[in-house]
Amino acid sequence: MSFLELHDVAKIYGEGASQVHALEDINLEVEAGSLVAVMGPSGSGKSTLLTIAGSLEDPSRGEVTIGGAALSHMSRDDKARLRRRSIGFVFQDFNLLPGLTAAENVSLPLELDGLRASKAHAIALHMLDELGLADRAGGFPDELSGGERQRVSIARAIVGERRLLLADEPSGALDSTNGEAVMRMVLAACREGVAAVVVTHDAQLASWADRVMFIRDGRMVDQTSKPMGPETLLARASQ
Amino acid sequence: MSIKHALLALLSEGPKYGLQLRQEFEAGTGQVWPLNVGQVYTTLQRLERDGLIESDDDTDADDGPQKRFRITVHGEEELDQWLHTPPDLSQPPRDELVIKVLIALRVPGVDVGEVIQSHRRYLVELMQQWTRLKEDEAKFDLSFALVVDAELFRLDSVVRWLDAADGRLKRADFEQSFPEAEGSQSAPGLPKMRRRIGVPR
Repeated sequence: MSFLELHDVAKIYGEGASQVHALEDINLEVEAGSLVAVMGPSGSGKSTLLTIAGSLEDPSRGEVTIGGAALSHMSRDDKARLRRRSIGFVFQDFNLLPGLTAAENVSLPLELDGLRASKAHAIALHMLDELGLADRAGGFPDELSGGERQRVSIARAIVGERRLLLADEPSGALDSTNGEAVMRMVLAACREGVAAVVVTHDAQLASWADRVMFIRDGRMVDQTSKPMGPETLLARASQ
Repeated sequence: MSIKHALLALLSEGPKYGLQLRQEFEAGTGQVWPLNVGQVYTTLQRLERDGLIESDDDTDADDGPQKRFRITVHGEEELDQWLHTPPDLSQPPRDELVIKVLIALRVPGVDVGEVIQSHRRYLVELMQQWTRLKEDEAKFDLSFALVVDAELFRLDSVVRWLDAADGRLKRADFEQSFPEAEGSQSAPGLPKMRRRIGVPR
């Protein structure tokens, strides 16, 4: 069983003549340790898909399971607990709390989940150190560069026992060097066993994924096959 | 790819042997552009004929007497001029992908959106392979990084063109289906249709 599964998910907004079908017949499976990109233009439904996969919104039809548990059987409190413990979100605009330092932003979800502040802070510092941000731990978000802010937001998303990372255009506001650093972090988290979904319109960002799904007008229309190894590419280039 | 100027660039670092030039050329292009020995020596002969390099016989070489090449002042001038002269990009290339999409528009019964998607998928699969090469940073030297980046940006620009073409086609379809809708905010069903087909307001 995959860590994240969406079965026949649909999302319809409005009623009667003003109905909008944001998502239709969405099926998606993301195994632990793999990175899936959902690629599509603005308005194609990819952000709606991410909010439903992250239990922030309920589907109109279909089922979402995370770690084998069906979201439709959970109360609001259960879902909130699941989000705190198992799901990390990354957004294009970082969503860091401006009054907290980088370390405090990272330790916050652990403290909200009941961990002692000193222990949560130690874990946050260790996480920032592993991600090469130890010297920025005491900095406030407005003292960090865009690339550093996004790396802190990824640290916050994967700290603790989080097993699912959901990212919406995580490198959208960054230059290519910082964007690449962000995707390296996402991929490294996946190689440690995290299941990740990145939604984007950007092919360079999507190309970091193990699998790319294409979404158009709320439907999955296509997906990439398993990528061939780099050796194939170099052999072709040298012909 | 100008082998002539690449060899001049390598010789601008100091005198070198033919085989050494071949090895350094391949290393400098991230092993992506292999070069055979014949190409190297043919090019060196032409460069010498044109006075851009000169050679001497090194009788002290480890493997017996070998020809060693060095760049001339004329060669250095030629290299400098080439580096600063932009390649001619003024004429659009005959891009096969552009032609396929243009032809698909004319063929009855062809879903141009599907044609575009099949090309988009192929390009993203290629980009995934190039990006895989970036994963192992230990093997990722500067020359190779630049070659991989160049290829990724090139493929990305084609995907962006396909996305733009997709958007234009949708808009054209919409305007053909609802000619009165343009400039008419009161057209019945317009907001719903715009949302469904993803046309920006």
